Amino acid sequence: MAEREQVRRTPPRETESPAPVGATGEGATELKAELDDLLDEIDDVLETNAEEFVKNYVQKGGE
Amino acid sequence: MSRAVAVHKVVGIETEFGILHRCDGDSNPVAASSMIINAYVNGFLCQRVSWDFEDEQPGTDARGFNEFDALAPEIETHLVNAVLTNGARYYVDHAHPELSTPECSDARQCVVYDRAAEEILIRSMEAANNLLPDGEELVIHKNNSDGKGNSYGCHENYLLDRDVPFGRIVTHIMPFFVTRQIFCGAGKIGMEVPMTEPPPTAFSDRAFQISQRADFFEEEVGLETTLKRPIVNTRDEPHADTRKYRRMHVIIGDANMSEVQTYLKLGTTSLVLAMIDDDFVPEPLTPLVPVAALRQVSCDTSLSALVELTDGRNMRAIEIQWEYLEMARKYAQSHGLEAVGGDDVGNDVLDRWEAVLTGLETDPMSLASQLDWVAKLRLYEGFAQRHGLDWDDPKLAALDLQYHDLRPSKSLSQRVGLERITSDDEVNEAVSVPPPTTRAYFRGRCLDKFGEQIVAANWDSMVFDIGTDPLRRVPMLEPLRGSQTHVGNLLDECRDAADLLRRLGN
Repeated sequence: MAEREQVRRTPPRETESPAPVGATGEGATELKAELDDLLDEIDDVLETNAEEFVKNYVQKGGE
Repeated sequence: MSRAVAVHKVVGIETEFGILHRCDGDSNPVAASSMIINAYVNGFLCQRVSWDFEDEQPGTDARGFNEFDALAPEIETHLVNAVLTNGARYYVDHAHPELSTPECSDARQCVVYDRAAEEILIRSMEAANNLLPDGEELVIHKNNSDGKGNSYGCHENYLLDRDVPFGRIVTHIMPFFVTRQIFCGAGKIGMEVPMTEPPPTAFSDRAFQISQRADFFEEEVGLETTLKRPIVNTRDEPHADTRKYRRMHVIIGDANMSEVQTYLKLGTTSLVLAMIDDDFVPEPLTPLVPVAALRQVSCDTSLSALVELTDGRNMRAIEIQWEYLEMARKYAQSHGLEAVGGDDVGNDVLDRWEAVLTGLETDPMSLASQLDWVAKLRLYEGFAQRHGLDWDDPKLAALDLQYHDLRPSKSLSQRVGLERITSDDEVNEAVSVPPPTTRAYFRGRCLDKFGEQIVAANWDSMVFDIGTDPLRRVPMLEPLRGSQTHVGNLLDECRDAADLLRRLGN
């Protein structure tokens, strides 16, 4: 089996500055649009009476 | 390369599904669960009987129905309890429909059968709803909590070497179980554990946590599954040759909607257990207080909290995972990956494990198409912002249930863009066809072909009635025997069960 490089650890986030989601830039705009589309769709399928649905959702413990 | 001696990690998942009967009056979840399973058995399996046998006897619907004579004593045998032709078991457990996948020979195959389980529940739900009066509906969720303090499980099972001291297993699996949730968690709004002490500062600063299940664990090691749940469960019931094997019964996991997560959960745990079998493990990274650490990690979506270890060090959950990954890479080099199903699946699991840890280190939101908890967080934050909601708004709690809703018209997890690693075709096939590589093949093919001559089946045996006394039991104590390679031709050739038993020398 070929020797494999040791796993390289990515330094913790404090020392990196990845572009956070929602930041400026083209990629971010695209992501935002994607999320907006998703939220539009979710608005359409969400249970109409959310409060009632949540209240009635009671399960017995299992296992 | 050292020769691996680890037992092949045969794996399976048992999932208890949430069930809701929407109707005007009171509903009984046990009856509702029975309705779901009966609708499937009567609606789909009998069609198979009439398809397969000319001599149809509509009264004998016992094909596939069984009393499992060698399962845990708490099993309620009077309730519906079916064995399916894909080798799975489908039954009512407590007040939930539960489906145990057939035994699988690697993590990827098991993901296919986990998805087939969802498909079976979807078909059951649709069949049951066709029978209900207008205005009533049965709804199934693949989740682990009702948000009100009641939990139900998604258990994993792995085949282990009987000779491995249990203490070694506990020592080395504990840190892994406490921290794997960072890539295994299904995410949840709210906390369901009454806090008896003020939480450390990193706790509960927000209303969202990584794991569905972390709230419900109170012990480190133990036999219970319903009360005082332990991180490491000690149930010793291998459903196989007890002199050679243990079954690691894992109750800590969440039921994932993400295929990638189910794959990683099974794949990484198989690897770590193979390493434990072969005593190839990192130095113990034991949390000083595992139960508290489990909740601490679950509540820390910033992934920055430090877990205090018994040796005085403090490590982030992700650092503990990096240690396991590095050791697993070394294990792959020195022992190979046969024990987890070979190089293809083993190396893929290692690469994905590394990729997901890297993503969590650099930009967790980049994993929104892979991890349920990240997908949820992105969705809920966007939704809360759009509608100006606080985190305790019931609309968000509804989203958190609906993410796990199996109704195709309602499921949110199907809409958030999760990456697939299975295809619809293979999932549809796995609904009725067993995996070819384990004893589930023998079980499933026999049920399909000789169903009317089978009076009982369980994980490690099948009982045949070939019309002459006594009943004949065929033991299946080796989980990897009875595969297509072993018995495929034989099963193709046999005319009936009597023929099969004669040729098996039974």
